[in-house]
Amino acid sequence: MADSGMQSWKSLALGCAMTEPGTSKRFNTGDWRSRRRPVTDREACIKCGRCYILCPDMCYAPDPKAEGFYNWDSFYCKGCGICIVECPKDAISWQEEKEEDKYGPACGS
Amino acid sequence: MGQRVGLEVSLACSEAVKLANVDVIAAYPITPQTHIVEHLSELVADGHLDAEFVPVESEHTAMSACVGSSAAGARTFTSSAAQGLALMHEILFIASSLRLPIVMAVANRSLSGPISIWNDHSDIMAERDINWIQYFAENGQEVLDLTIAAFKIAEDKRVTLPVAVNLDGFVLTHVIEPIDMPDQKEVDAYLPPFAPQQKLDIANPISMGLVGVPEIYTEAKKACQVALEESYGVIKEHWDGFAKQFGRQYNPIETYKADDAEILLVTMGSLGETCMSAVDQMRADGLKVGQVRIRLWRPFPADDFLAAVKGAKSLVVMDRALQPGSASGPVATELKSLLFDRGKQMYVSNFVAGLGGRDVTRADFAGMVKKTMEAQSAGQQMACEMWGVKE
Ligand code: SF4
Ligand code: SF4
Repeated sequence: MADSGMQSWKSLALGCAMTEPGTSKRFNTGDWRSRRRPVTDREACIKCGRCYILCPDMCYAPDPKAEGFYNWDSFYCKGCGICIVECPKDAISWQEEKEEDKYGPACGS
Repeated sequence: MGQRVGLEVSLACSEAVKLANVDVIAAYPITPQTHIVEHLSELVADGHLDAEFVPVESEHTAMSACVGSSAAGARTFTSSAAQGLALMHEILFIASSLRLPIVMAVANRSLSGPISIWNDHSDIMAERDINWIQYFAENGQEVLDLTIAAFKIAEDKRVTLPVAVNLDGFVLTHVIEPIDMPDQKEVDAYLPPFAPQQKLDIANPISMGLVGVPEIYTEAKKACQVALEESYGVIKEHWDGFAKQFGRQYNPIETYKADDAEILLVTMGSLGETCMSAVDQMRADGLKVGQVRIRLWRPFPADDFLAAVKGAKSLVVMDRALQPGSASGPVATELKSLLFDRGKQMYVSNFVAGLGGRDVTRADFAGMVKKTMEAQSAGQQMACEMWGVKE
């Protein structure tokens, strides 16, 4: 386990309370992904939006540059594979990913 | 000035809660604690105490409601015993880890089975590691005093932890005793209104009770445990303050005829008073016996205990709960570990007595001392013994 995200017990708020809002935005669930990531083939995509709706970590967001398509977010995608199962056109598939590439730019953006 | 009244000890506990002017009581009745919450519900219903009384459907909910009300900044009280305390179990850890200064009176009763409504300490010993301040009263006056002091200690900004005030079921709860009842002004002078250090507040939002990932859990537990250890000095400070205000002094470890004693009986809770009387009798018979009474159980006052037993050759340790599969009862385990850590050699015998409400008499204490002296002079080690068990 890396030291990142750790802090001294003396610096914790009383009762380990969270004293500022929206901190889960900084929670890098992408760190849980192991050796593979989902990749969308936009040729096969029919823009149904199921990946957008069903990803439990809300990793797909509408692509502002290409209407109907969705961008993937590497910071939050934990690699559960739900989008791959749910895509009606099998447009999303696994691609190998090296540890060092893990936090690269979000797909499609 | 207050006045001296004859009162059932349970009602003295309720009156202490009223004098502490609590905001919320969430409790479920269970023998032998029932009179405490019953009387509080009457005080609220009759308009003598301006508080919310939440008649919950279980103890698990009682403690959960207490967590919520304390988190919202309300002075909060509950009470339970035995199976009820056990049903609170998981929430007890949450109350301390969220640093909520809830006060709970535990009317100590045996855990089933077999079903027993009578007194021993198996209920609170099963909750030993909940990171609450835990102390014991020996009589009715102490129950009243220590309940009032519990709010002062719990809510101190240097502590901010829940406190369990233990009083033996029936032996204390159902006995009528003379009680010096302080008046409201005196209590108000000692105990100011609750000013929470942090609370759930829409104007200043915080989140309580979040996930502690592996990167943070250890540190969260460390902070909570240190708070309990450091509460020791504050407990003493507020007990001393109580003595100044009300004239009755409490200490983490108290002694009786211990100064020149060679053998010390160690008790916790109401057994202490019978034991004092037994010590008097043994002294009259020429035995150099004394007594050490553990008032503060968590955090354990290690230095006070060692200072109290300094001159003695042997300890006769009472436990009112079993620790099955271990060599000793929970109190003796604590003390042997402490003696070993500090490199102190003493002869220690351990008797588990008074289980499930069985009486422990002066003759019993004398018997335990005699047995210990014989074994010690014969150079024999003694195993933990369930006193009086019928073979
Ligand atoms: S693999 Fe799981 S977390 Fe990642 S984008 Fe697909 S559904 Fe979301
Ligand atoms: S589920 Fe498949 S087809 Fe539907 S929008 Fe996502 S990638 Fe395209």
